[in-house]
Amino acid sequence: MDDSKPIFVQIAERIENDIISGALTEETQVPSTNEFAAFYRINPATAGKGVNLLVDEGILYKKRGIGMFVAAGAQSRLKTDRREQFQHEFVRPLVEEASKLGITAAQLSEMIDKEGSK
Amino acid sequence: MTTVIEASGLTKRFGSMTAVDSATFSIEKNTITGLLGRNGAGKTTLMQLLTAQLFASSGSVEVLGASPVENARVLQQVCFIKESQKYPDDYHPRHVFESAPWFFPNWDADFAERLIADFRVPLRRRIKKLSRGQVSAVGVIVGLASRAPITFFDEPYLGLDAVARQVFYDRLLEDYAEHPRTVVLSTHLIDEVSNLLERVLVIDDGRIIVDEDAETLRGRATTVAGAAAAVERFTAGRDVLHTERLGGLATATVSALSVSDRELANEYGLELAPVSLQQLIVRLTTTEPAPSLVEAVPAGSEKRA
Repeated sequence: MDDSKPIFVQIAERIENDIISGALTEETQVPSTNEFAAFYRINPATAGKGVNLLVDEGILYKKRGIGMFVAAGAQSRLKTDRREQFQHEFVRPLVEEASKLGITAAQLSEMIDKEGSK
Repeated sequence: MTTVIEASGLTKRFGSMTAVDSATFSIEKNTITGLLGRNGAGKTTLMQLLTAQLFASSGSVEVLGASPVENARVLQQVCFIKESQKYPDDYHPRHVFESAPWFFPNWDADFAERLIADFRVPLRRRIKKLSRGQVSAVGVIVGLASRAPITFFDEPYLGLDAVARQVFYDRLLEDYAEHPRTVVLSTHLIDEVSNLLERVLVIDDGRIIVDEDAETLRGRATTVAGAAAAVERFTAGRDVLHTERLGGLATATVSALSVSDRELANEYGLELAPVSLQQLIVRLTTTEPAPSLVEAVPAGSEKRA
């Protein structure tokens, strides 16, 4: 947990990461709010807020009396969303830092190619 | 949400000293509230007022819908773990745990036994002979295993080592999740407990200066750092809680920034950093009189050369 984002948002992002990586597969049950709270050492109400964020977005759904499950198609939807954020969250700061350091666009692209070929 | 504690204009004077100064707040059922503040700010006095161990000079307090003073129905449902609980001279920890069920109808002896093992409390030794941390552990065990609907922990972990404190936080969270109840926790170790809290009350010089959702409070301030001129330009007209200068560099703690504020800060070449709950409370309770994010502090008014 860090302080740069609300904790419930961080919880939601961690669950999203697990869905994207395949650690949580579609139509399987996710840990309960209390289990998340104990694992991340946070208030259960905060954990619940994070889980509910994903329920509102349709990434998780509730089975009454059983628990929370990963919705079908959640992984591909999350990947699409993350791709849209990629430009803003990763590419823009990269380009800004590069220009601060006097790295040209051509040099930057070369560096990216080099990383990609590893 | 149901309110279980309601204080209104609650004031306690000791002679000319006002320890708690017209405190008005309420605490919701089944939440964990942090009562934070500096030494002598009035945390303990406030808890003593809420548990009827002290009588208010003026104002009122209601616990579970009634005044707690001389009210057995209310006080049976309250557990107050004090910073320095006194025990009878010849008491061993087992005497404390054996007598606890007389006072706490929800006492869970199995849970107490697990906690005794977790905290490694020797049962058959005089409490006087225990270390400071072990005495604190006895109090913490009583506070947890009593499962009282309202539990107050006043700096419960004097002398507890880091491992024991972590055990306390973990057991508190686990048990709270299974058996929801209202917990009020006063502490100096704000960073350690900040993620446990749902609600935060900050008391400074007897007055409640913050009564807020922990999550909201955490997002309330940001630190901007960079060239002094840029920091000055950026903070002009904003609420500034704190500024520091180092040669041509400056940092300023300002109230929450919007997305466009953040982009502006980026344009100015400023670095943004989050402010932890602990840092925020240090900022709020350092200066005199305590500044507030609500009452705008004129920008630059507390700049240090």
